[in-house]
Amino acid sequence: MLAKRIIPCLDVDAGRVVKGVKFVDIRDAGDPVEVARRYNEEGADEITFLDITASSDNRETIVHVVEQVASEVFIPLTVGGGIRTEDDIRRMLNAGADKVAINTAAVFNPEFVKQATDRFGSQCIVVAIDAKKVSAEGEPLKWEIFTHGGRKPTGLDAIEWAQRMSDYGAGEILLTSMDRDGTKIGFDNELTRAIVEAVPIPVIASGGVGELQHLVDGVKKGGADAVLAASIFHFAEYSIGEAKQFMDQQGVEVRQ
Amino acid sequence: MSQRITVIDYGMGNLRSVAKAVEHVASAQDEVLVTDDPDLILNSDRVVFPGQGAARDCMAAISDHHLNRAVLQAANSKPFLGICMGQQVLLEKSEENGGTELLGLFAGQVRHFPGGVAPDGEALKIPHMGWNKVNRQSDHPLWQGIDQDSRFYFVHSYYVDPEQQDLIAATTDYGVSFASAIARENLFAVQFHPEKSADDGLRLLKNFVNWTH
Repeated sequence: MLAKRIIPCLDVDAGRVVKGVKFVDIRDAGDPVEVARRYNEEGADEITFLDITASSDNRETIVHVVEQVASEVFIPLTVGGGIRTEDDIRRMLNAGADKVAINTAAVFNPEFVKQATDRFGSQCIVVAIDAKKVSAEGEPLKWEIFTHGGRKPTGLDAIEWAQRMSDYGAGEILLTSMDRDGTKIGFDNELTRAIVEAVPIPVIASGGVGELQHLVDGVKKGGADAVLAASIFHFAEYSIGEAKQFMDQQGVEVRQ
Repeated sequence: MSQRITVIDYGMGNLRSVAKAVEHVASAQDEVLVTDDPDLILNSDRVVFPGQGAARDCMAAISDHHLNRAVLQAANSKPFLGICMGQQVLLEKSEENGGTELLGLFAGQVRHFPGGVAPDGEALKIPHMGWNKVNRQSDHPLWQGIDQDSRFYFVHSYYVDPEQQDLIAATTDYGVSFASAIARENLFAVQFHPEKSADDGLRLLKNFVNWTH
């Protein structure tokens, strides 16, 4: 049977890894190639790069990053951030990415997802969803899609949106709880469960991991097919190997 | 001794990763060539035949690039590694796109996964995407140094069902037990992506590059 995937996520700004990756035995912790190589050695099942480059002058740098990583690291690579056109997708795939994650562009133009999956195939189109809980205590649970790092509401219901993206051919959902992102108190497992039960495609849980039990909960309580985390791996609090060992002990099937 | 390894390019899927992975395991003197030229393919020492996308599109692309004969000739004469659609198109017929005629090197069909729910309650989502166990059925030289039930990376919705059971070099379970690798003489073909399967994938590619049949 399929293993549950563990996916480290790297934020890349103008070609450099940011958010202070702290590996003791790495020469250049800002070098995406070195960091990716390290994660690969630790047993990462995939690697996701999120391009947070603000300046358009530096947008091209992520293409070179992907090219370099893909020449040395032989596991699936996903690139998100600033994917707005079919040309953006083609450039990433040609550079060696296996999948691209589409976020804001899907919200502004949902047909883009349909066009992208028609043209490039579902297997390489991930739709990234940033959701926030909008129901009050005691009300039926409800989440809404937000853009701009969780600042701008869109009025879109998260479950309906995920279903629509799946209908449009998305191959996977990368689901981030904006309530939990950066909190280290664990995934919003109710949100994950709600989306997992609503769509037939794999769901990657993201946002809130602070300890290894959270990864297990994302799979067991949330039903996620894959779990994505950034800081617990970057700061070497835990290695991916340790995470997998723990998950295995808790009865989660992982690749070891 | 230097050799030429050809990766067949017929416009289906991104071959960069395959070529890079082969270069990574080949020796410095080896030449890794990505081409659709039938003469270059037939003049090379080894052939890698990758592929992605729908069956009908793949068959159309093979035909548009005038590669039918070269692929079959290479598959019958020199170390040949099919990957993903490069495995599937070797069969006779696929259920994909309402029934698609394939190259027909091996008797058998390409079938769609049944989906549904596994005995342990897990949903069997389609495509079958991620790391699954490969249970080898033979002591083929390409498995050298790779543990039984190692995990490889898969992305596909259809699987090969060859008539000749002795072609099956490995099986994988996903609702059905399917042939994740087939082998005959100079040919080896896998459903998974060795170029995306970390160390075990590179090991298999290295075994292929060194394979003396």
